[in-house]
Amino acid sequence: MKPSSGSNTTDRVYKAVSALLGSSAFLFIFLIIIVLVVYSYPSFVYNGFHFFTSQAWNPALDSTVVTTNGIQHFVGASYGMVVYFVGTLITSFLAILIGVPISIGIAVFLSQVAPKRISSPISFLVELLAGIPSIVYGLWGFIVLGPLLIHNIEPYMARYLGFIPGFQGPVYSSGLLASGLILSLMIVPIVASISRDAMAQTPRDLKEGGRALGMTNWEITWKIVLPYAKTGIVGSVILGLGRALGETMAVAMVSGGASGLPHTLYYPVNSIAAFLALNFDGAFTDPTNMFVYSLGELALVLLAVTMIVNVGARLLVRRTNISNTEGNVVIGV
Amino acid sequence: MTARSDKSSVGVSPWNSPSVISNHKRRQRIDIILKVVVTACVIAVVVPLGDLLFMFCYRGIEVISIPRLLGNPISSIPGLSNGIVGTAILTTLAACISIPLGIFGGIYMAEFSKGGKFAEGIRFCSDVLAGVPSIVLGYVCFLAFVLFFGWGYGPAAGAVVLSIIMFPYIFRTTEIAIKKVPEGIKEGAIALGSTKATMINRLVLRFALPGILTGILLSVGIALSETAPLLYTANFANYNPTGFFHSQLGYLTGFIWLFYQSPLPQDVDLAYLATFLLILIVLCLNIVARVGLRRFSKV
Repeated sequence: MKPSSGSNTTDRVYKAVSALLGSSAFLFIFLIIIVLVVYSYPSFVYNGFHFFTSQAWNPALDSTVVTTNGIQHFVGASYGMVVYFVGTLITSFLAILIGVPISIGIAVFLSQVAPKRISSPISFLVELLAGIPSIVYGLWGFIVLGPLLIHNIEPYMARYLGFIPGFQGPVYSSGLLASGLILSLMIVPIVASISRDAMAQTPRDLKEGGRALGMTNWEITWKIVLPYAKTGIVGSVILGLGRALGETMAVAMVSGGASGLPHTLYYPVNSIAAFLALNFDGAFTDPTNMFVYSLGELALVLLAVTMIVNVGARLLVRRTNISNTEGNVVIGV
Repeated sequence: MTARSDKSSVGVSPWNSPSVISNHKRRQRIDIILKVVVTACVIAVVVPLGDLLFMFCYRGIEVISIPRLLGNPISSIPGLSNGIVGTAILTTLAACISIPLGIFGGIYMAEFSKGGKFAEGIRFCSDVLAGVPSIVLGYVCFLAFVLFFGWGYGPAAGAVVLSIIMFPYIFRTTEIAIKKVPEGIKEGAIALGSTKATMINRLVLRFALPGILTGILLSVGIALSETAPLLYTANFANYNPTGFFHSQLGYLTGFIWLFYQSPLPQDVDLAYLATFLLILIVLCLNIVARVGLRRFSKV
């Protein structure tokens, strides 16, 4: 009989092959960064710092082509990311503002309030929410939510809440508010399920101690469970933010595809991801390819933002030591 | 409130004093408000979800018919057969690429790596990859494969981007499923003289199979829900693809994106039908993955 140890040839081959295939993760990350850096370099040289401060996205396709510093471009073409960058941040911020309290409410309902026979089907339903394609959310937003907001909700908001900056009329489209609402619906499954798991980790002793002192459910939730689960909840919120920042189709379908900054909740808006999807055809009308390069730089900016957010969230969630939810953290996104 | 609970000696404040009773009532009222508020949160999400599912199923059943399932958008009765075929092709090809990568990667992480820097790096990259927006992946694959390598739009470029999207999920679920296999079983096999390779292939994978399949099903669900990256890599066509390269193809999500605002009612109907089919497939995959396999794995 063969002695078994790591030195066996088959084992060594097995290990080498699996390490090689597993390291495709490196390859993918390397590919993404290299490709985006190489393809956005001409845009970086041509647009310079102006790219980060300008609101104009003007390919100037009817002027003449010239070459400066070895880079072809149209005279007067100028690309700036501010409209899309700010749009991405605002829609995601709105999604967090609306979605997080609701998600935490759901998590409290599932882990503290509801009996098991109610909480498990609702849990299941919330997790199903994560599986629905984003374009289906977008279509629902376009058909149901947008018209509902324009005709039945936003006029009243403008009339009665118009004294708050951002709420004043006139109402003529549903961009920012609809995008925020759709995105908030889409981050609910992530935030709710991770927060629920974090809350479920609260040691029984603490909760029973609270109960023995005569605390009500609310007091146990507010003073024991939420402080205990705080870091997990914050991590889940940042993961939700990561999803909202990169969401494409739903925003593209309800935002109105604006080319300017929104002034009130009822303005059309745009985001980097939606702009990338909507300008798929536009990129090919530019023979100098500067449009393609600038979209590359836009994608690089989005990549940087989402990477920072996701790495931060993962470090935070991992530090909280929620060992058995770590898998869900990845699956939930 | 806190001061009262600190000095809860009976002599100082009798339990039946009006202030204690009103305080108790106030706390009970807050408790009821909590219940109402969190229930309202659940309703605030369940109602839109119910409306979404109900509306699209209703519209889908309204427009579904055999010719619509068998034709393509340019036949006399427009249909979306090429979308079904295209989604099947893209997802199958993507699965063929990402399943070996993900499963072997997961095996490496769970069985061979001993938590070194290399393994940590792989895990970090996989986690980062899971958070990269799919539109960014789509644009990268467009630049790299469609433009730079000259593959053109087609199943190849589309499958590559979908496989990058699927990889982190399969990778992670495989690792977790393998780590859940009891150590005693593995040690027993080694003690009986089995090599590590045999132990993994014959025992560990068999025990971890339900978990791995869950990951694969969920990742397939994610892949066939993608739209934005496919626009940049598979583009769209009204007919079936003829090859891997330079051969645009249709897919279900593309039908929604391209037809939902069409002035022709028969095109909008196709968008609704595609939505219905997608919801049906994704829900089935999720239910099988979460309920069916979970039950199976307990046996």
